[in-house]
Amino acid sequence: MEEQKHITNEEPVISIKGLYKSFDELEILKDISLEVFRGENMVVLGRSGAGKSVLIKILVGLITPDKGIVKVFGQQVNKLSPKDLNTLRLRMGFSFQSSALYDSMNVRQNLEFPLTMNVKNLSRQEINNKVEEVLHAVGLIEKINEMPSDLSGGQRKRIGIARTLILNPEIMLYDEPTSGLDPTTSQEINTLINEVQKKYNTTSIIITHDLTCAKKTGDRIAMLSNGKFVKIGNFEEVFNPDKYQEDDKQIKSFFNYNFIQ
Amino acid sequence: MINSIPRKYLFSKGVDQYFTEVYLAYKFVVRFFKEASRPPFHLREIINQCFEIGVKSLPLITLTGFIIGIVFTQQSRPSLSEFGATSWLPSLVSIAIVRALGALVTALICAGKVGSSIGAELGSMKVTEQIEAMEVSAINPFKYLVVTRVIATTITIPVLGLCCGFVALLGSYLNVHSFESTSIVSFFNNGFSTITFIDIFSSLFKSLAYGFTIGIVGCYKGYHAVKGTRGVGRAANQAVVLAMFLIFIEEVVIVQMANWIRYY
Ligand SMILES: Nc1ncnc2c1ncn2[C@@H]1O[C@H](COP(=O)(O)OP(=O)(O)OP(=O)(O)O)[C@@H](O)[C@H]1O
Ligand SMILES: [Mg+2]
Repeated sequence: MEEQKHITNEEPVISIKGLYKSFDELEILKDISLEVFRGENMVVLGRSGAGKSVLIKILVGLITPDKGIVKVFGQQVNKLSPKDLNTLRLRMGFSFQSSALYDSMNVRQNLEFPLTMNVKNLSRQEINNKVEEVLHAVGLIEKINEMPSDLSGGQRKRIGIARTLILNPEIMLYDEPTSGLDPTTSQEINTLINEVQKKYNTTSIIITHDLTCAKKTGDRIAMLSNGKFVKIGNFEEVFNPDKYQEDDKQIKSFFNYNFIQ
Repeated sequence: MINSIPRKYLFSKGVDQYFTEVYLAYKFVVRFFKEASRPPFHLREIINQCFEIGVKSLPLITLTGFIIGIVFTQQSRPSLSEFGATSWLPSLVSIAIVRALGALVTALICAGKVGSSIGAELGSMKVTEQIEAMEVSAINPFKYLVVTRVIATTITIPVLGLCCGFVALLGSYLNVHSFESTSIVSFFNNGFSTITFIDIFSSLFKSLAYGFTIGIVGCYKGYHAVKGTRGVGRAANQAVVLAMFLIFIEEVVIVQMANWIRYY
């Protein structure tokens, strides 16, 4: 947050160039370019329906782009074989907007599932240790035997984050980690995101429309509007009221909305 | 991944959608065989599913089978006794149950019970992004969810059909026993005297086909559910309707095939 972390001659961990995506005739993303560097928290801000979820789903290969180059760790995501794509996906954690916990499994099984399916020959003890470690990291160890349906929205978000942490990702993608949560819980999630970045040394993309979250967690902020990034920079650069120009209505309304509330 | 219906229609919206659907279903079935033939096989999940499908459907299947056996025997008696041929009851009932009723009734019940639950389960996993969550944790959801369930129904439904047939014969025996006081040995001797290898083989083959149909249709509809709770309901509903429709078609085709083998 304090200083720009990236060194310009370093290879970006995530690089997007000239990305286009439309559904039927609806253009969602038009000529998106973005670079995220190692250890950086990049916040993507945008209105509901702007295509933020589509953007990060493209990063993990859940959605194929129409045009453009999407590289993660220097590998072009939509050109990989299924096997290589899976290897790449294991290095990325994806926390879903809806948490997407497996509702037929309890918390423990939810956390074990990605681990046992991907890492063979783990002993029971190793699995338990790992599960408890990530549950401690998100502060929900007491919920280990509960079903997802018995958890609150914020708790589900945190279990969702824990489930991605269990595979030691190098990149974390958070889709609206604080949406639908009260300010206190949001604050806890923000702290969690920063702790995760420190503890696991991850590079993150945080999708949000919550300015507090953006300010607290973001090293850099990218504003997505009408399918394009209208501004990229640190919080002060993007939200400096003096620098508003007339055509920055989008940012202005965003700013007003969040702070008047 | 995202299957968009083309905008410029070749024929009309309905016709195009129909053919798109057929093509998607075809690709789904082909993908099933591709994925099913490659490891990992998730044996434990297959066993879980067999258990889930088999044990939960067993009470309903056996009850239905039992009642069919009793009622069918009871209702056939007057017509046969007109010719004084009630001694043919065991063979008549056995033929009906082994050749047709056991497998068909089981399949229809399971299409309703198992098909709808697979459709709803996968449908809700799809709309709540659980399937995508598997994909991003490098787990192949098609293998883990679809292949295991289809294999489980293909194994389980023939077994259930066998149970259904057996219990139906038992019901029939009880009815025959209480009216004509036939012993169980002579009942089954009489009954099975007319059953041939082809009868049993074709029933088994039918059951396998029904089981496969129920599993793959439920999975297909669930896997392609559209967003929202309505999508889940529709997936479950369409899974039942389509599975039953296909089961009737298969019944007709396989019976023709069996007769062809029997008489040539
Ligand atoms: N699979 C899809 N098929 C068709 N259209 C889609 C699909 N996924 C997303 N869209 C469309 O893309 C647009 C952007 O969706 P997206 O989910 O990315 O929005 P978002 O920015 O994440 O919004 P929110 O803040 O509400 O989550 C929406 O208009 C949506 O209807
Ligand atoms: Mg979204």
